Amino acid sequence: MSKKKLFSFLGGIKLAHRKEYSSEKAIAPLPMPKKLILPLRQSAGSLPAPIVQVGEKVNKGQCLAAAEGWISASLHAPTSGTIRDIGDYPIAHPSGLVAPCIVIEADGEDAWGERQPLLEHADSERLDPETVQRYLQSMGVVGMGGAVFPSHVKLSKAPGVPLETLIVNGAECEPFITCDDRLMRERAAEIVSGIIFLAELLEAKESVVAIEDNKPEAAAAMRAALAARLEATANHIRVVVIPAVYPAGSLKQLIYTLTGKRAPAGVLPPQLGVQCFNTATVYAIWQAVARGEPVISRIVTVTGNVGRPGNLEVPLGASVADVLQYAEARPESDGCLVGGPMMGFLLPDYDAPIGKGANCLIARSPQFFPHKAPESPCIRCTNCAQACPQGLLPYEMYWWSRARDFAKAERHNLQECIECGCCSYVCPSSIPLVQYFRFAKDALRTAATKKEMADQARERFEFRQFRAEREKTERTQKLAQAAKQQSAKLAAENANAAPAEDLDETRKQALIAAAIERVAGERAKVGCDEGANATEAALAPNHGNSA
Amino acid sequence: MNPFSAPYLHRPTSVNRSMNLVLVALLPGILVYLTLFGSALIVQIFIASVSALFFEALLLYWRGRPVRERLSDHSALVTAWLIALTFPPLSPWWLTVIGVFFAIVVAKQLYGGLGQNPFNPAMIAFAVCIIAFPALMSQWPAQGLNLPFREQAEIIFGLAPRLDALTSATPLDAIKTALKTDALYDNLQKLLMNQNLYGTFAGRGWEWVTTAYLCGGVFLLIMGVITWHVPVAFIVSMSAIAFICWLIEPSRFANPLFHLFSGGAMLGAFFIATDPVSGCATPRGKLIFGAGAGLLAYLIRVFGSFPDGIAFSVLIMNMTAPLLDLYCQPKVFGALPSMPVKKDLAAKVKEEESP
Ligand code: SF4
Ligand code: SF4
Repeated sequence: MSKKKLFSFLGGIKLAHRKEYSSEKAIAPLPMPKKLILPLRQSAGSLPAPIVQVGEKVNKGQCLAAAEGWISASLHAPTSGTIRDIGDYPIAHPSGLVAPCIVIEADGEDAWGERQPLLEHADSERLDPETVQRYLQSMGVVGMGGAVFPSHVKLSKAPGVPLETLIVNGAECEPFITCDDRLMRERAAEIVSGIIFLAELLEAKESVVAIEDNKPEAAAAMRAALAARLEATANHIRVVVIPAVYPAGSLKQLIYTLTGKRAPAGVLPPQLGVQCFNTATVYAIWQAVARGEPVISRIVTVTGNVGRPGNLEVPLGASVADVLQYAEARPESDGCLVGGPMMGFLLPDYDAPIGKGANCLIARSPQFFPHKAPESPCIRCTNCAQACPQGLLPYEMYWWSRARDFAKAERHNLQECIECGCCSYVCPSSIPLVQYFRFAKDALRTAATKKEMADQARERFEFRQFRAEREKTERTQKLAQAAKQQSAKLAAENANAAPAEDLDETRKQALIAAAIERVAGERAKVGCDEGANATEAALAPNHGNSA
Repeated sequence: MNPFSAPYLHRPTSVNRSMNLVLVALLPGILVYLTLFGSALIVQIFIASVSALFFEALLLYWRGRPVRERLSDHSALVTAWLIALTFPPLSPWWLTVIGVFFAIVVAKQLYGGLGQNPFNPAMIAFAVCIIAFPALMSQWPAQGLNLPFREQAEIIFGLAPRLDALTSATPLDAIKTALKTDALYDNLQKLLMNQNLYGTFAGRGWEWVTTAYLCGGVFLLIMGVITWHVPVAFIVSMSAIAFICWLIEPSRFANPLFHLFSGGAMLGAFFIATDPVSGCATPRGKLIFGAGAGLLAYLIRVFGSFPDGIAFSVLIMNMTAPLLDLYCQPKVFGALPSMPVKKDLAAKVKEEESP
């Protein structure tokens, strides 16, 4: 295990870690609540489709909703019980959104259904990566660090690029959060098994467990667990302690720190020969493949203004109120943060359930979060630019976002902003910079969707117009031809035998045919004009938009 | 105020803190100045501070801004002190007030207040006054002015006659005169030695004041209020041009050390050209800004017609700052050398040029 050079990224900030409140508290299970509300939205991508009925009895670990499409993951019952409802409930979201959920009433038995670990069935030969991917998708494994991206998707390698470094992210760089720290201390063996499994599956040349230097116990535990496994050395797995600079655990920054590779915008880590998983995700992967246990709980750090801070193993669907109550949140708390204090959000509704991505709950009070000075003008001190780990110029992006000139903000690389919050943290004028950036990004996204929708509508319209015209011309031609045939036939008949009373009849028919032809021709012309007008009209508002 | 979206943590820092640190960093220079050139400076600082706070409060009130909150950022005080330090200490009180008026009212508040001013307010004050009142702005006391405080204050407030005998040419001025009136140029060194102008390594007396400014500037650097770019570029470029001229004709041009420690060079490098609002913000922009200011300051103070060149050089660089910043955007983390950042900017400039 050679010591390799670390690269230090530009910017970043030193934060008070404040992990001491909960870092010495062992992981404890939250008592199973009576009622669990499971939002279908537990990962990025498309929602899984419910496969259970209201009133159905389910076992612990039974699949409730099956993944739909590739970027999607299944959802399972965290305990045994009865499905009480499938409908809209408030979820953990900054705006108090309601979303489709499955409600389970626990029966208190907590009885597992049948478990089918992948590794038990698999023969000793190598597992086919695709089998593993499908299996993990069906076990609902997603990124447990907060991003909740379905993990099986990340097992695909970029074509032609061997995986050089498998990164296991145990940095946990946000203040207060200790769930990964505890997980590494207490369940290092499982994590190491998971790393070995992944390293062999992905044929990684080396694997690195990155841990910030404020978690020496976790690093020691992981080292010990690695030393106990021969495969760890064979696969070149090592623990690397990285400096605790926020945001060291952010993907791009972590990859750079460990490998010196910079990921340009739009380039995915596998294209650089790197892939990164959170420690808790690796643990979840191992639980799935070795024990057949889907993701039905997660470890949540509860801290801040609570009487009993700690790290709880919380069944998915337990409400934030359940957890806060167990942790004895003090009544004078003025809010609860989900996630860390730098990137998390303030929860409007405590009935919202804990999902796969909720790593931390912080009861807020002025003691932990002193009030901020009121916002004042930007003095271009560039503190923000110096702190930005992405090398951006936040004061410029702020200037243009504030002026609502989002295109200019975008030219200053707004989309490269990872919303880490370093700039807001250091701003002497107390400007909520990230808030402006989120707003600007939202506006740009809305504009892009609108434009896309308008483009699509226009294309559809133009196509319909084109089809209508084509059909019209075809019809006219057909009619004309029919009329010609008719008159020719009549003429022939006339020539044969032309009784006087029939002559009138034939002439009438010929006249009618000619009239039809004329009218059709006219209609086609009018239709064409209308089409042109309508197209212009459809284009006009769009011009207005893009101007 | 509680932030309603992340981040919920905030470094306990404020504009007020930065400004206070700047004031603290000016203190050593002020103390040395007081000891060597008489106590009139304290009167000037008082006049400038009071009038700056008055104008600032008045304008904030008129503009409907929170007066108390904005006054307490102390940015007006920094401007006031810089004006007091750059004006001759025995200037009449109304001259200082006029300077402060132009700095606070015209250069700062009428442009939109703190953070919006394209020019350094204190330097606007200096430029306006030296153009309007060149004689008054050139009356500098000699070292060891032994007038009692009371008499100095009386001169400032116009209660006692201004005596030309009280003041003398500054070292910088003396050299300039020497350079222009060819008769004297061949014995510049002698001139400096004999006229009580040259101290140990630079202008007599002033060398200690500027050294004190340097110390204050280093303090600001350590405290992270300013970055190294501007002062270093300023000092390097001024030394370089001074060194070249001195090498070519040592009998006409003073050495780099003399230039760095005379006049407003140190004050300019650490306290004036580093003004974040009117200067450059990108690292490379700051380097060019500092270097340009140093170079221009030398050229103006040596070949121009004003006693010192800091004010005009900084104002000229202020004009170029937005463009410099536009072309000196740092590379985004992860951007390849060929990333379209530059191209985009070029397109942007073109776009803005074409109506
Ligand atoms: S830190 Fe705040 S005041 Fe300083 S440049 Fe950035 S936005 Fe402006
Ligand atoms: S939030 Fe965005 S702009 Fe601010 S420091 Fe982070 S990446 Fe840079």
